Amino acid sequence: MSYEIEIILNRQLADCMSIPVFITDTKGNLIFYNEPAEDVLGKTYEDTGEMPVEVWSSIFKTKDLDGKDIPPEDLPLVKTLQNCLPYHKTFLIENLKGVSEKISLTSYPIIGRPGKFLGAVAIFWRHND
Amino acid sequence: MKITLWGVRGSIPTSGPDTEYYGGNTSCIEVSQDDTVLILDAGSGMQRMNNTLQLSGNRVDILLTHLHFDHIQGLGFFKPLFDPKIEVHLWGPASSTKTLKSRISRYFSPPLFPVHFRDLPCNLHLHEVGNNTFTIGPFTIKSKYVTHPGPTVGYRISDKHAVFTYIPDHEPALGAHGLIPDLNWLSGSDLAENADLLVHDSQYTAEEYKSKMGWGHCSINDAATFAQLTGVKRLLLSHHDPSHTDKEISRMFDDFSSHNKLPFKYEMAIEGTEIEL
Repeated sequence: MSYEIEIILNRQLADCMSIPVFITDTKGNLIFYNEPAEDVLGKTYEDTGEMPVEVWSSIFKTKDLDGKDIPPEDLPLVKTLQNCLPYHKTFLIENLKGVSEKISLTSYPIIGRPGKFLGAVAIFWRHND
Repeated sequence: MKITLWGVRGSIPTSGPDTEYYGGNTSCIEVSQDDTVLILDAGSGMQRMNNTLQLSGNRVDILLTHLHFDHIQGLGFFKPLFDPKIEVHLWGPASSTKTLKSRISRYFSPPLFPVHFRDLPCNLHLHEVGNNTFTIGPFTIKSKYVTHPGPTVGYRISDKHAVFTYIPDHEPALGAHGLIPDLNWLSGSDLAENADLLVHDSQYTAEEYKSKMGWGHCSINDAATFAQLTGVKRLLLSHHDPSHTDKEISRMFDDFSSHNKLPFKYEMAIEGTEIEL
Protein backbone atom coordinates (compact mmCIF):
# COMPACT_ATOMS: atom_id res chain seq x y z
CA MET A 1 0.00 0.00 0.00
CA SER A 2 1.60 3.25 -1.06
CA TYR A 3 1.52 6.42 1.00
CA GLU A 4 -0.96 9.13 0.17
CA ILE A 5 0.13 11.54 -2.50
CA GLU A 6 0.51 14.38 0.02
CA ILE A 7 3.09 12.34 1.95
CA ILE A 8 4.92 11.38 -1.23
CA LEU A 9 5.09 15.01 -2.37
CA ASN A 10 6.40 16.08 1.05
CA ARG A 11 9.18 13.51 0.68
CA GLN A 12 10.00 14.76 -2.81
CA LEU A 13 10.13 18.32 -1.45
CA ALA A 14 12.32 17.25 1.48
CA ASP A 15 14.63 15.53 -0.97
CA CYS A 16 15.24 18.89 -2.67
CA MET A 17 16.01 20.80 0.52
CA SER A 18 19.37 21.43 2.16
CA ILE A 19 17.97 21.65 5.68
CA PRO A 20 17.12 18.59 7.79
CA VAL A 21 13.55 17.38 7.29
CA PHE A 22 11.85 14.48 9.04
CA ILE A 23 8.49 13.03 8.01
CA THR A 24 6.38 10.91 10.32
CA ASP A 25 3.10 9.07 10.05
CA THR A 26 0.23 10.01 12.35
CA LYS A 27 1.67 7.91 15.19
CA GLY A 28 5.09 9.56 15.02
CA ASN A 29 6.90 6.70 13.31
CA LEU A 30 9.70 8.15 11.17
CA ILE A 31 8.90 7.25 7.58
CA PHE A 32 11.47 9.43 5.82
CA TYR A 33 14.37 11.76 6.51
CA ASN A 34 16.52 13.58 3.99
CA GLU A 35 20.29 13.74 3.62
CA PRO A 36 20.80 16.80 5.86
CA ALA A 37 18.74 14.99 8.50
CA GLU A 38 21.06 12.01 8.24
CA ASP A 39 23.83 14.26 9.48
CA VAL A 40 21.75 15.20 12.53
CA LEU A 41 20.74 11.62 13.29
CA GLY A 42 24.11 10.08 12.60
CA LYS A 43 22.32 7.41 10.58
CA THR A 44 21.33 7.05 6.95
CA TYR A 45 17.86 6.41 5.58
CA GLU A 46 19.39 3.81 3.30
CA ASP A 47 20.59 1.88 6.37
CA THR A 48 17.68 2.35 8.74
CA GLY A 49 14.63 2.66 6.48
CA GLU A 50 11.61 3.65 8.50
CA MET A 51 11.98 3.83 12.29
CA PRO A 52 9.34 3.27 14.99
CA VAL A 53 8.68 6.31 17.15
CA GLU A 54 10.25 4.73 20.25
CA VAL A 55 13.49 4.06 18.36
CA TRP A 56 14.11 7.38 16.71
CA SER A 57 12.87 9.46 19.63
CA SER A 58 15.48 7.80 21.83
CA ILE A 59 18.34 9.01 19.63
CA PHE A 60 18.14 12.51 21.08
CA LYS A 61 17.97 13.99 24.54
CA THR A 62 16.24 17.36 24.51
CA LYS A 63 16.97 20.22 26.91
CA ASP A 64 15.77 23.78 27.09
CA LEU A 65 18.22 26.67 26.75
CA ASP A 66 18.80 26.56 30.51
CA GLY A 67 19.83 22.92 30.29
CA LYS A 68 16.68 21.44 31.82
CA ASP A 69 15.11 18.31 30.31
CA ILE A 70 12.08 19.00 28.10
CA PRO A 71 9.18 16.63 28.69
CA PRO A 72 8.12 14.91 25.41
CA GLU A 73 4.67 16.51 25.51
CA ASP A 74 6.30 19.95 25.17
CA LEU A 75 8.19 19.12 21.98
CA PRO A 76 6.81 20.71 18.81
CA LEU A 77 6.47 17.51 16.80
CA VAL A 78 4.72 15.69 19.64
CA LYS A 79 2.29 18.60 19.97
CA THR A 80 1.69 18.65 16.22
CA LEU A 81 0.87 14.95 16.26
CA GLN A 82 -1.50 15.46 19.18
CA ASN A 83 -3.24 18.62 18.01
CA CYS A 84 -2.79 18.73 14.22
CA LEU A 85 -1.37 22.24 14.51
CA PRO A 86 2.01 23.79 13.66
CA TYR A 87 4.52 24.52 16.42
CA HIS A 88 7.98 26.06 16.73
CA LYS A 89 10.56 25.95 19.50
CA THR A 90 14.26 26.60 20.01
CA PHE A 91 16.09 24.14 22.28
CA LEU A 92 19.14 21.93 22.67
CA ILE A 93 19.49 18.38 21.41
CA GLU A 94 22.13 15.94 22.57
CA ASN A 95 22.86 12.92 20.40
CA LEU A 96 24.02 9.46 21.48
CA LYS A 97 27.63 10.60 21.35
CA GLY A 98 26.88 13.29 23.90
CA VAL A 99 27.29 16.14 21.42
CA SER A 100 24.96 19.02 22.16
CA GLU A 101 23.56 21.38 19.53
CA LYS A 102 21.17 24.32 19.54
CA ILE A 103 18.34 23.99 17.05
CA SER A 104 15.01 25.52 16.22
CA LEU A 105 12.34 23.06 15.21
CA THR A 106 9.29 23.85 13.11
CA SER A 107 6.67 21.17 12.81
CA TYR A 108 3.48 21.12 10.78
CA PRO A 109 0.74 18.59 10.17
CA ILE A 110 0.13 17.15 6.72
CA ILE A 111 -3.57 17.64 6.14
CA GLY A 112 -4.55 15.99 2.88
CA ARG A 113 -7.72 16.00 0.85
CA PRO A 114 -10.37 16.29 2.09
CA GLY A 115 -9.10 17.49 5.45
CA LYS A 116 -7.57 14.18 6.47
CA PHE A 117 -4.63 14.12 8.90
CA LEU A 118 -1.91 12.03 7.29
CA GLY A 119 1.28 12.71 9.22
CA ALA A 120 3.69 15.45 10.21
CA VAL A 121 6.86 17.16 9.08
CA ALA A 122 9.63 18.42 11.37
CA ILE A 123 12.20 20.85 10.03
CA PHE A 124 15.39 21.41 12.03
CA TRP A 125 17.07 24.79 11.80
CA ARG A 126 20.63 24.32 13.01
CA HIS A 127 22.18 27.31 14.75
CA ASN A 128 25.78 26.09 14.59
CA ASP A 129 26.80 28.46 17.37
CA MET B 1 -14.63 -6.12 -20.16
CA LYS B 2 -14.51 -4.33 -23.47
CA ILE B 3 -12.43 -1.16 -23.69
CA THR B 4 -12.65 1.39 -26.48
CA LEU B 5 -10.27 4.32 -26.77
CA TRP B 6 -12.21 7.35 -28.02
CA GLY B 7 -9.58 9.96 -27.23
CA VAL B 8 -5.88 9.63 -26.41
CA ARG B 9 -4.58 13.13 -27.16
CA GLY B 10 -3.52 15.45 -24.36
CA SER B 11 -4.26 19.07 -23.60
CA ILE B 12 -6.24 20.16 -26.70
CA PRO B 13 -8.02 18.43 -29.60
CA THR B 14 -5.65 18.23 -32.53
CA SER B 15 -7.39 17.22 -35.73
CA GLY B 16 -5.74 17.20 -39.12
CA PRO B 17 -3.79 15.05 -41.51
CA ASP B 18 -0.71 15.07 -39.27
CA THR B 19 -2.54 13.45 -36.35
CA GLU B 20 -5.09 11.18 -38.00
CA TYR B 21 -3.24 7.91 -37.26
CA TYR B 22 -2.96 8.23 -33.46
CA GLY B 23 -5.95 10.54 -33.29
CA GLY B 24 -6.56 14.08 -32.16
CA ASN B 25 -9.41 13.73 -29.68
CA THR B 26 -8.71 14.28 -25.99
CA SER B 27 -9.18 11.75 -23.20
CA CYS B 28 -12.23 9.52 -23.29
CA ILE B 29 -12.41 5.75 -22.82
CA GLU B 30 -15.45 3.49 -22.79
CA VAL B 31 -15.45 0.40 -20.61
CA SER B 32 -18.41 -1.95 -20.89
CA GLN B 33 -19.60 -5.31 -19.79
CA ASP B 34 -23.10 -6.66 -20.26
CA ASP B 35 -25.46 -3.75 -19.54
CA THR B 36 -22.95 -1.63 -17.64
CA VAL B 37 -21.17 1.22 -19.37
CA LEU B 38 -18.40 3.27 -17.74
CA ILE B 39 -16.96 6.29 -19.46
CA LEU B 40 -13.55 7.40 -18.27
CA ASP B 41 -13.11 11.13 -18.78
CA ALA B 42 -15.15 13.35 -21.01
CA GLY B 43 -12.67 14.87 -23.43
CA SER B 44 -13.49 15.59 -27.04
CA GLY B 45 -13.38 11.84 -27.78
CA MET B 46 -16.79 11.72 -26.12
CA GLN B 47 -18.29 13.34 -29.20
CA ARG B 48 -17.10 10.47 -31.40
CA MET B 49 -18.49 7.99 -28.88
CA ASN B 50 -21.89 9.70 -29.06
CA ASN B 51 -22.41 8.22 -32.50
CA THR B 52 -22.02 4.61 -31.42
CA LEU B 53 -22.96 4.49 -27.74
CA GLN B 54 -25.89 2.20 -27.15
CA LEU B 55 -27.23 1.95 -23.63
CA SER B 56 -29.19 -1.21 -23.07
CA GLY B 57 -30.09 0.01 -19.59
CA ASN B 58 -31.10 3.46 -18.48
CA ARG B 59 -27.90 4.27 -16.62
CA VAL B 60 -24.43 5.47 -17.58
CA ASP B 61 -21.50 6.29 -15.30
CA ILE B 62 -18.90 8.91 -16.16
CA LEU B 63 -15.71 8.75 -14.11
CA LEU B 64 -13.64 11.90 -14.34
CA THR B 65 -9.98 11.78 -13.32
CA HIS B 66 -9.93 15.56 -12.92
CA LEU B 67 -11.53 18.68 -14.27
CA HIS B 68 -8.93 20.10 -16.62
CA PHE B 69 -10.66 21.16 -19.78
CA ASP B 70 -9.28 18.42 -22.02
CA HIS B 71 -11.03 15.93 -19.73
CA ILE B 72 -14.46 17.57 -19.59
CA GLN B 73 -14.95 19.47 -22.83
CA GLY B 74 -17.04 16.68 -24.41
CA LEU B 75 -19.42 16.58 -21.49
CA GLY B 76 -21.71 19.35 -22.70
CA PHE B 77 -22.39 17.45 -25.91
CA PHE B 78 -22.97 14.03 -24.36
CA LYS B 79 -26.42 13.05 -25.56
CA PRO B 80 -27.60 11.14 -22.43
CA LEU B 81 -27.28 14.36 -20.39
CA PHE B 82 -30.22 15.71 -22.37
CA ASP B 83 -32.40 12.61 -22.06
CA PRO B 84 -34.76 12.65 -19.04
CA LYS B 85 -35.06 8.87 -19.16
CA ILE B 86 -31.35 8.35 -18.49
CA GLU B 87 -29.70 8.17 -15.09
CA VAL B 88 -26.26 9.77 -15.41
CA HIS B 89 -23.83 9.21 -12.56
CA LEU B 90 -20.92 11.62 -12.60
CA TRP B 91 -17.92 10.69 -10.46
CA GLY B 92 -14.99 13.04 -9.90
CA PRO B 93 -12.25 13.93 -7.44
CA ALA B 94 -13.16 15.67 -4.22
CA SER B 95 -11.52 19.02 -3.53
CA SER B 96 -10.75 20.54 -0.12
CA THR B 97 -12.53 23.75 -0.99
CA LYS B 98 -15.38 23.40 -3.50
CA THR B 99 -17.90 20.70 -4.28
CA LEU B 100 -17.74 18.72 -7.51
CA LYS B 101 -21.02 20.30 -8.51
CA SER B 102 -19.76 23.85 -8.09
CA ARG B 103 -16.58 23.11 -10.02
CA ILE B 104 -18.35 21.44 -12.96
CA SER B 105 -20.96 24.20 -12.95
CA ARG B 106 -18.23 26.65 -13.96
CA TYR B 107 -18.14 24.91 -17.33
CA PHE B 108 -21.92 24.46 -17.56
CA SER B 109 -22.69 28.16 -17.39
CA PRO B 110 -22.56 31.19 -19.69
CA PRO B 111 -20.40 32.46 -21.23
CA LEU B 112 -18.56 29.13 -21.50
CA PHE B 113 -21.69 27.05 -22.22
CA PRO B 114 -25.30 28.03 -22.90
CA VAL B 115 -26.96 25.40 -20.70
CA HIS B 116 -26.77 25.65 -16.92
CA PHE B 117 -25.83 22.50 -15.02
CA ARG B 118 -29.08 22.63 -13.04
CA ASP B 119 -31.10 22.67 -16.27
CA LEU B 120 -29.77 19.39 -17.62
CA PRO B 121 -32.84 17.19 -18.12
CA CYS B 122 -31.24 13.81 -17.30
CA ASN B 123 -31.53 12.21 -13.90
CA LEU B 124 -28.14 13.36 -12.64
CA HIS B 125 -26.24 11.99 -9.64
CA LEU B 126 -22.89 13.36 -8.49
CA HIS B 127 -20.32 11.38 -6.52
CA GLU B 128 -17.12 12.78 -5.06
CA VAL B 129 -14.25 10.33 -4.84
CA GLY B 130 -10.82 10.37 -3.24
CA ASN B 131 -9.01 7.31 -1.99
CA ASN B 132 -12.06 5.05 -2.25
CA THR B 133 -13.33 1.69 -3.45
CA PHE B 134 -16.83 1.39 -4.89
CA THR B 135 -18.80 -0.87 -7.18
CA ILE B 136 -20.76 -0.19 -10.35
CA GLY B 137 -22.49 -3.23 -11.84
CA PRO B 138 -19.90 -5.97 -12.32
CA PHE B 139 -16.99 -3.58 -11.74
CA THR B 140 -15.08 -2.92 -8.53
CA ILE B 141 -13.42 0.45 -8.84
CA LYS B 142 -10.62 1.87 -6.78
CA SER B 143 -9.82 5.56 -7.01
CA LYS B 144 -6.77 7.26 -5.58
CA TYR B 145 -5.22 10.70 -5.79
CA VAL B 146 -2.13 10.88 -8.00
CA THR B 147 0.51 13.50 -8.73
CA HIS B 148 -0.98 16.09 -11.07
CA PRO B 149 -1.89 19.75 -10.47
CA GLY B 150 -5.28 20.09 -8.75
CA PRO B 151 -7.34 17.22 -7.35
CA THR B 152 -6.70 14.30 -9.71
CA VAL B 153 -7.38 10.61 -9.31
CA GLY B 154 -6.58 7.48 -11.25
CA TYR B 155 -8.90 4.49 -11.49
CA ARG B 156 -8.35 0.76 -11.11
CA ILE B 157 -11.28 -1.16 -12.59
CA SER B 158 -11.64 -4.86 -11.86
CA ASP B 159 -14.14 -7.47 -12.89
CA LYS B 160 -14.10 -11.25 -12.59
CA HIS B 161 -11.63 -11.59 -15.41
CA ALA B 162 -9.23 -8.69 -15.51
CA VAL B 163 -7.88 -5.45 -14.09
CA PHE B 164 -7.71 -2.24 -16.11
CA THR B 165 -5.92 0.82 -14.74
CA TYR B 166 -6.37 4.31 -16.11
CA ILE B 167 -3.99 7.14 -15.13
CA PRO B 168 -3.98 9.50 -18.10
CA ASP B 169 -2.45 12.54 -16.38
CA HIS B 170 0.35 11.70 -14.00
CA GLU B 171 3.78 12.93 -13.03
CA PRO B 172 5.23 10.20 -10.81
CA ALA B 173 8.78 11.47 -11.34
CA LEU B 174 8.24 14.91 -9.84
CA GLY B 175 11.14 15.55 -7.47
CA ALA B 176 14.87 16.05 -7.22
CA HIS B 177 15.81 12.52 -8.16
CA GLY B 178 12.84 11.57 -10.32
CA LEU B 179 10.71 8.53 -9.81
CA ILE B 180 11.31 6.70 -6.50
CA PRO B 181 11.73 2.98 -7.26
CA ASP B 182 9.80 1.87 -4.18
CA LEU B 183 6.10 1.06 -4.50
CA ASN B 184 5.36 2.62 -1.09
CA TRP B 185 6.63 5.94 -2.40
CA LEU B 186 5.36 5.76 -5.96
CA SER B 187 2.26 7.76 -6.79
CA GLY B 188 -0.38 5.56 -8.42
CA SER B 189 1.34 2.26 -7.65
CA ASP B 190 -1.66 0.82 -5.78
CA LEU B 191 -3.79 1.44 -8.81
CA ALA B 192 -1.47 -0.13 -11.35
CA GLU B 193 -0.01 -3.08 -9.46
CA ASN B 194 -0.22 -6.22 -11.63
CA ALA B 195 -2.90 -4.74 -13.87
CA ASP B 196 -3.67 -6.55 -17.11
CA LEU B 197 -3.75 -3.23 -18.92
CA LEU B 198 -2.51 0.22 -17.97
CA VAL B 199 -3.33 3.35 -19.94
CA HIS B 200 -0.82 5.93 -18.76
CA ASP B 201 0.43 9.41 -19.48
CA SER B 202 3.53 9.56 -21.71
CA GLN B 203 3.22 13.04 -23.10
CA TYR B 204 6.91 13.82 -23.47
CA THR B 205 10.23 12.42 -24.55
CA ALA B 206 12.79 12.23 -21.75
CA GLU B 207 14.48 15.31 -23.22
CA GLU B 208 11.23 17.30 -23.41
CA TYR B 209 10.36 16.41 -19.82
CA LYS B 210 13.42 18.28 -18.54
CA SER B 211 11.80 21.59 -19.48
CA LYS B 212 8.25 20.54 -18.54
CA MET B 213 8.85 19.34 -14.99
CA GLY B 214 5.97 20.25 -12.72
CA TRP B 215 3.43 20.47 -15.52
CA GLY B 216 1.84 17.24 -14.33
CA HIS B 217 2.86 14.86 -17.08
CA CYS B 218 5.23 12.07 -17.75
CA SER B 219 7.99 11.04 -20.15
CA ILE B 220 7.72 7.82 -22.10
CA ASN B 221 10.72 6.56 -20.11
CA ASP B 222 9.11 7.26 -16.74
CA ALA B 223 5.82 5.73 -17.89
CA ALA B 224 7.64 2.55 -18.86
CA THR B 225 9.58 2.48 -15.58
CA PHE B 226 6.34 3.01 -13.66
CA ALA B 227 4.73 0.10 -15.53
CA GLN B 228 7.71 -2.14 -14.94
CA LEU B 229 7.87 -1.37 -11.22
CA THR B 230 4.17 -2.04 -10.80
CA GLY B 231 4.24 -5.25 -12.79
CA VAL B 232 1.61 -4.44 -15.40
CA LYS B 233 1.12 -6.91 -18.21
CA ARG B 234 0.40 -4.43 -21.00
CA LEU B 235 0.98 -0.69 -21.30
CA LEU B 236 -0.72 1.77 -23.60
CA LEU B 237 1.15 5.08 -23.74
CA SER B 238 -1.34 7.89 -23.94
CA HIS B 239 -2.07 11.62 -23.60
CA HIS B 240 -0.03 12.42 -26.70
CA ASP B 241 1.34 15.92 -26.79
CA PRO B 242 -0.71 18.14 -29.13
CA SER B 243 2.47 19.36 -30.82
CA HIS B 244 3.49 15.81 -31.75
CA THR B 245 2.54 14.66 -35.23
CA ASP B 246 1.99 11.00 -36.08
CA LYS B 247 5.53 10.79 -37.43
CA GLU B 248 6.95 12.28 -34.25
CA ILE B 249 4.95 9.95 -32.01
CA SER B 250 6.14 6.94 -34.03
CA ARG B 251 9.73 8.19 -33.91
CA MET B 252 9.42 8.77 -30.16
CA PHE B 253 8.28 5.18 -29.72
CA ASP B 254 10.96 3.77 -32.02
CA ASP B 255 13.71 5.73 -30.27
CA PHE B 256 12.54 4.50 -26.91
CA SER B 257 11.97 0.87 -27.86
CA SER B 258 15.31 0.58 -29.66
CA HIS B 259 17.05 1.34 -26.37
CA ASN B 260 14.71 -0.38 -23.94
CA LYS B 261 13.63 -4.00 -23.81
CA LEU B 262 10.73 -4.41 -21.45
CA PRO B 263 9.20 -7.64 -20.14
CA PHE B 264 5.68 -6.67 -21.17
CA LYS B 265 3.85 -5.50 -24.27
CA TYR B 266 3.77 -1.75 -24.75
CA GLU B 267 2.62 0.50 -27.54
CA MET B 268 1.40 3.99 -28.28
CA ALA B 269 -2.35 4.34 -27.77
CA ILE B 270 -4.35 4.82 -30.97
CA GLU B 271 -7.79 6.42 -31.02
CA GLY B 272 -10.50 3.94 -31.99
CA THR B 273 -8.67 0.90 -30.62
CA GLU B 274 -10.89 -1.78 -29.05
CA ILE B 275 -9.51 -4.19 -26.50
CA GLU B 276 -11.17 -7.17 -24.85
CA LEU B 277 -9.81 -8.09 -21.43
